[in-house]
This record gives sequence, C-alpha cells and structure tokens, in this order.
Amino acid sequence: MQIDLTINQKSYSLELDSRVTLLDAIREHVGLTGSKKGCDHGQCGACTVLVNGRRINACLSLAAMHDGDEITTVEGLSDGELSPLQAAFIKEDGFQCGYCTPGQLCSATGMLQEISEGWPSHVSDSLDGPYELSEAELSERMSGNLCRCSCYPGINAAIRSVGEKA
Amino acid sequence: MSYELKVDDKETTDRAAGLSQGLLGTAADRPEGVLKVTGRATYAAEDMPEGTAFGVLVRAPAMGRVELGNAPAVEKLPGVLAVIHDKRMLRNPAQGMAGEAPVQGVAEADYVGQPIALVVAGSFEQARHAAEVMEVRCLGEIRPVSPGAVEPEVPEKKQSSMGDLDAAMAAAVHKVDATYSTSAMSSAAMEPHAALAWWEGDKLTVRASLQMLKYNRAELADSVGIPLENVRILSPYVGGGFGSKLGVSPEVVAAAIAAQQLGRPVRVVLNRRQVFETITRRSETEQHIRLAADGEGRLTGVGHDALVSNLPEEPFSEPVTQATPFNYEGAARTIGHRVARIHRPAAGSVRAPGEAVGVTAFEIAMDELAVAAGIDPVELRLRNIPAEVPGTGKPFSSHMLAESLNDGAARFGWADRAAEPRARREGEWWIGSGVASAFRVNMLSEAEARVVLGPEGAIVETDMTDIGTGTYAILGQIAGELLGLPQEKVEVRLGDTAFPPGSGSGGSIGAASTGTAVWLAAQEVRAALAKEMGCEPDDLTLKDGRATCGNISRDIAELISGESLEGHGHVQPGDASSKVKQATFGAHFAEVAVNDVTGEVRVRRMLGSFAAGRILNLKTARSQCHGGMTWGIGMALTEELVHDRRDGHMVNRDLAEYHVAVNADVPPLEVHFLEERDPWTGPMQVKGIGELGICGAAAAILNAIHHASGVRLRDLPATPDKVLAGLEELG
Ligand code: FES
Ligand code: FES
Repeated sequence: MQIDLTINQKSYSLELDSRVTLLDAIREHVGLTGSKKGCDHGQCGACTVLVNGRRINACLSLAAMHDGDEITTVEGLSDGELSPLQAAFIKEDGFQCGYCTPGQLCSATGMLQEISEGWPSHVSDSLDGPYELSEAELSERMSGNLCRCSCYPGINAAIRSVGEKA
Repeated sequence: MSYELKVDDKETTDRAAGLSQGLLGTAADRPEGVLKVTGRATYAAEDMPEGTAFGVLVRAPAMGRVELGNAPAVEKLPGVLAVIHDKRMLRNPAQGMAGEAPVQGVAEADYVGQPIALVVAGSFEQARHAAEVMEVRCLGEIRPVSPGAVEPEVPEKKQSSMGDLDAAMAAAVHKVDATYSTSAMSSAAMEPHAALAWWEGDKLTVRASLQMLKYNRAELADSVGIPLENVRILSPYVGGGFGSKLGVSPEVVAAAIAAQQLGRPVRVVLNRRQVFETITRRSETEQHIRLAADGEGRLTGVGHDALVSNLPEEPFSEPVTQATPFNYEGAARTIGHRVARIHRPAAGSVRAPGEAVGVTAFEIAMDELAVAAGIDPVELRLRNIPAEVPGTGKPFSSHMLAESLNDGAARFGWADRAAEPRARREGEWWIGSGVASAFRVNMLSEAEARVVLGPEGAIVETDMTDIGTGTYAILGQIAGELLGLPQEKVEVRLGDTAFPPGSGSGGSIGAASTGTAVWLAAQEVRAALAKEMGCEPDDLTLKDGRATCGNISRDIAELISGESLEGHGHVQPGDASSKVKQATFGAHFAEVAVNDVTGEVRVRRMLGSFAAGRILNLKTARSQCHGGMTWGIGMALTEELVHDRRDGHMVNRDLAEYHVAVNADVPPLEVHFLEERDPWTGPMQVKGIGELGICGAAAAILNAIHHASGVRLRDLPATPDKVLAGLEELG
C-alpha cells in the first residue's frame, strides 16, 4: 500500500507491506536509522519520535496509520548545529552506549512541550497546571524511556538545563 | 617496530606527571557524542548493503530432538528464501574469551527457547510471519530445570580451606550463620543482539554487536569452519553489553551461514524475548555464609559456600566467592563452590560476575554481624581490613577500603545515623540507611594498538570496542596527552578486526589494557619525534602541536615534514598478578524509605566513594559508577528472572515483565573518586572502574531496609510481598 509521510520536513511516498510499523518504515524504508528498536513492543521508548508534535512509540504504530502525518526523528532535532538539548546531553554525559539516546531526546522534546502546555502527570498534585519541572515530574515523565546504561542523572541534568532556560 | 611491555613489576614513578597536554583525568566529553545525539552513529543492524535479506530465528518450544514439521510448506510462503537448520548453528553464545565455538547443533534442544532454525525472507515482515507459523516439535523428556533437583557438581579446584572454621564458629563471641539467595538476572542491554553478514568469495564480513572482537573473530571462524584470516568483524558502536556480548552469539553464526548459503547479505536481529532467552543470564545463587568474630567484632573465621547453575558443557560458573579470599580478616576460611547442571538458558558473565552477587550477600552478612555485636557497621568493616591477603602473606598492590569507608561516611552524614533500627518514621514510611563495602578483582589483559601521527593530527587504531564505557574518549586522551595534541586532533578508530587486537571490553580490563597499548604506541612515536629533535624522549615536551626541547621549539607538523610516524604498542600481563593482589575498593551508602502499609521500598539517595587507581576521565568514570549503582537498585528491589518450574522456560522474558530501574526509581546518586595510583598496573597506574559500582550496592540498600524497618531480608530482590511479610512478623 502507498503511504505518504513527511519526515523531518521532507516528503516521502512509500510503497509498504501493510504490516510495516512506523518505526521500520523510518529505519528500513526511509533509511533514517537514528530512531532505535529496543523491544518492538512499546516497553523501552528507544523508538520515540514526534508525530504532529506529540511523542509516541513508533514501534507500536503501523505506518499505515500515519498517512499524511508530520514526523520528527532525532535526525530532525537539529539542523547543522546541535540543538541545546543535544549539546546538553553531551556536556552532562546523558548517554553511554547511545542506543536509548535518540528516544530520550525526542521524548524530552515532547515532554517539555507537554509540561509547558500544562498537561498533568501521575505525580502532579492536581489536574490543573501549570507545573514546575520538579525532580519528581521530570523523572515520572521520562520513565517511559529506559536507559540500561543508567544515565538518568546525566539525562535529567541535561533536560533540566534546557527546560529551565525555556 | 613495537613497544612491548610485560607487567612484571611495579612502576613507582608517575610517568604521566611529566606530560604537558593536561588531558588525562579531565572530564572530557565523548568524542563520538555528536554522532550519538544526532542519530548518525551506526549500530550493527544499520548500514545495510543493497539486497540484504532478513532472517528470524525460530525457538524450541520444548526439549529434545527437533522436528520441523512444515518446513517445506514454510519455504513456499511469499518472500521466503530458506529455512536453515544447520548443524553449525549455536545453542547459546560463547563464554567470554573462549576463542572457539561454543556448543553447536540445533538438531537437539537443550533448553526451552533455544534457537533451532533460521527463516530467511526478502522482508522482515515475511520472515517474521514464516518463523511464527513454523511447526516445531521437540521429542524428548523434560530434563531437570531447578538447582534443587540435581546433585550439584563440586569442582575440586574451586574449594579451599584454611584453619578450622568449625572451631572458630564454636569459639566465636559473635557470629552469623545464614543462607542468602539472589535471583537470576538479565543484562538487558538496550540494543538487541544483531548481525549483518556478507561474503566476498571466501571472505566473511559481519557487522555485529559484540564486546571482544579478537576472541569473537576466532569463535566465528571456528563455528562457521573457515580460517581466521577470512573473517572480519565490525562493531563500531555497541548499544550496551554488560557481559551479554562477550562471546559470539547465535544470530551471528546464523547470519553468516545464511549469507553463505544464499549468496547475499543477511541480517538477523534478535527480538527482545530472544535476547532474554538465548543470551546468557546471570545465574541465581544460594550462598551459605558463616562469620565468626571475637568480642570486638574481629573476624576469626569466614565461610562462604555458593550454589549456582548452568547448562551441561558450559565452562562458566558464576564466581560468587571471588572477593572472599581477600575481603576481610579471618584466619580460618572455607570457600565452597557447587554447580547445578540444569536445563535453563545458559548462564554467563553479567556485569561484575562473582562480586556483583557474592559481595552483596557477604555485605548483608557483615551488617548482621554488626547488629549482633552492637558495633557500628562502618566501624566493624574498618576493624577487619587485612594488611595482606589472609593466610598467604601476599601484599595488596594498593588498598583504599578504609579511606573509601571514611570518605563516604563523612560525605553521607553517617555520624547522624541512629544506632537502632526503626528510629525514624515519616507518615507511613520508615526511613533508614545502610552501608556496604565494594570489592572487585582487577585484571590486565593482552592488548595491541597502533598510533599514527600525521600533519593533521593522530589516529589511534585497535579492534577494542566502546560499549558505552568511554573508550573513544580515554584512548584519545591518552594519545593526545603523550603526543601533545588537543583531543579533537586525535581520531580514535575502534571495532574493526582489521586493526591491531585490543583487549576487548569486559571484566573492567579495557582502560588499563588497551589504554596501556595506546600509551606504548604513542611512546614509540614520541621517541621518533625526540630523535628528530635531537634529544632524549624524557627531555621532550609536547604540547598543543609543538615540540620543545631545551631552547628549541618546533611545530610538530613541520617537524615530521608532511610524513607520518607510526607506533605500535603491545602489553601483556606478567608476574605482577602473582606477586601482588590487585583489586578495586569502595564504599556504598544508601538511604531508603520503607512503606509500612504496602511494603514498597524507595531509595532516597545513594553515595559511592571509590578507589580505582588513576581515573582517566572523570565524566565517563562517574557515569560507569552511576550505572553500577543503578543496577544495584535493580538487583535489590526488582530484577528477577522467573523460570517456569516445569520446563524451566523464562516466564518474564521482556522489558515489561523484567523490571530494570527506570528514571523514577533512581534518586540523586553521588560518586566520589579517591586519588589513588596503583604502581602494579603499568605506566598509567590505572585500574578498571566499569564494574566496581555494582559490587555491594544492593547490600547497602538491603541493609538500609533493615535499619529503616527492622526487616532483615536474605532473599533478593526485596519485593513488597517479602517486605510486608517481614513487617507483619515484627508486629
Ligand atoms: S522499540 Fe518501541 S518502545 Fe521499545
Ligand atoms: S545510553 Fe545505553 S541505554 Fe541509554
């Protein structure tokens, strides 16, 4: 079947098996291998991308469900220069092996947007924002992205350094 | 030429002190960081050649002789290219540093979940479907799957005894005699194991996610049945290893065989459940620990007996008691090791094999002894630090356990801790803190590296890997330091068996071993530069691209006049390891909250103070310790592989059911490094740091649970059901 996607502001018209996930469409068919596959089952967050500005697990979604959608992957987070968040990940050592990193970066980008729009989380005191980027809020909102190298201290410091400036 | 070093003796001069670039020991960024944060670092399954076919492994649903009922029909499914059931395929991965094929053959399944065939198709979706509809039957009896169901092997070489422990126990004023257990665990590296193989004539190239390429090359050649020279492995980026990628694994050999048979590139990526099932796990352990002490808490006897498991024919068994011969005083010492041969998935090395679980149980026992003797647990440990390896007269190469304990205690605020458990409560939560020592043996391994200095800068080449540990950073720092170049002028090329063989990543050997090889190679280049300058290497100063000797100063690029200088370094372990005992030491402190109603445990803060020789890069070393400490949280509270009691299959074989620590589980972690130089580890005086952080970390948490709530748990992990049962018992 034919599926049209816009990925990092570039249009792609793909002829795909209906079983192809959004993640595999991006990685294998478009060739943007920055988005990672850690589990293929929505358990790790390595495949997190932004779809129309919202973060999702690309492995849990079929490409066919995204005809016409705007997708941003890790490759689209910067344009020549590193984004402040990418630079902060390097400075704070927010990664070791780097395999969860594209997902962490896309997830953090989406998360900062969600918090600025006043979306509550499981640890929020009330359903009405605004919310501070407290340690508890940050950790809770980033807990869908596993990092087995366990770079959470660096990841959180990096996100905080950017989130506080935003 | 080559600079060779066999580490036989100590090197007391700090040879780095005379260098000028100022790179060693700094918190330099990872040079490959830009590629990793922009998604351009390519892992094994990426960078596919044109025409790649996709393979999916098929698992055994039971044990015994394998029958593939509908293979001919599956081969006719859309897109399917082949069903491969080749006797060279692997039962399970090779153990670390094996250098030869592990158990091969897929006609027989030795455990549930074993790979028994590979389905290859033109697309991943076609291959996955075909693998799912394969009708596999295994015709055999279920074999023993529980450690308690068999008479364990008692390997003679792994038993030791000195003095009379029974007499020491009988005479002890204070003692502990208890059994502890730890669960089987999974490395669960984020990048699933993957291989992408292609042939050019009789030459095989494989992109794979592996840790120790020189061994993996030999393992792969032996498995496929071709000469070593015909194999090239590429692992430029590895998405975490933790021991799970030490040996060549089933997908690598399967991809190579399929590519050979089909005459086109084949990629095989394990799905997450296959990673859990077919890649080596950490064995569960049962540990009987006996401690005998006098009235002052001084140990007079130590007993540590461990029961672990593995499949028949596997040479590895979790070396649980590895630190026990040297951890504390105690003239009478009995160490035992038993292996139950059972048919669960193979066991192998997982981050700090041995100490991760052995030190953890021992350090809980030490806490029990402190409580029994009424002595502060930090003080009890300080009283038992041996001056040499007990009973052998062998000195330590360096030993900073006392300093670690004191430093950590001061920074943690240990002095404010109540002596008695259950002293602090906040609402539903009991609050308390615990301590544990960290021990990890230190090893050196043979390694080679090449350094080429050209007009644009230097290039370092070795088949060493960076599995997240910071190899790219530290090797660049070492070469830059010796050659007087800023780090961005040094390009580090890793993960290609075409380069000189490094040590590989595993057992915390990488920095000292391959780092020393790079050091030697760069020394050879330095010597050549000194010759150009007409002075002795020791009188040469290299800094920011300039060479200075006496009152002559020249640009290095100009000095070598557009040519390049090459150095080759080769380090080997020598007699040092027989003359002295080498280990790294540290102290863990943890504060926890235990919910009186639900039994939930939350770690509120953790602090580690570590001594591991010269720290080459503060940033990457700290991250390694964060990793170890976080794994300690997992081991203490959530990580537990569950095996079905009937057929041993892994029940919770994915990341939804096997619980690694997530962001919200990890409190602020503090890491401190003590200034230390180990003169017995070669010219850099470094030791390994990748595994020390996990050793004993879980014990600090379990001990804190006891201090907070009064509940003593000897069976890890401390899940709420166990904590609640303990709270109920206390009333
Ligand atoms: S790969 Fe999508 S959540 Fe793990
Ligand atoms: S950096 Fe390795 S899993 Fe996160």
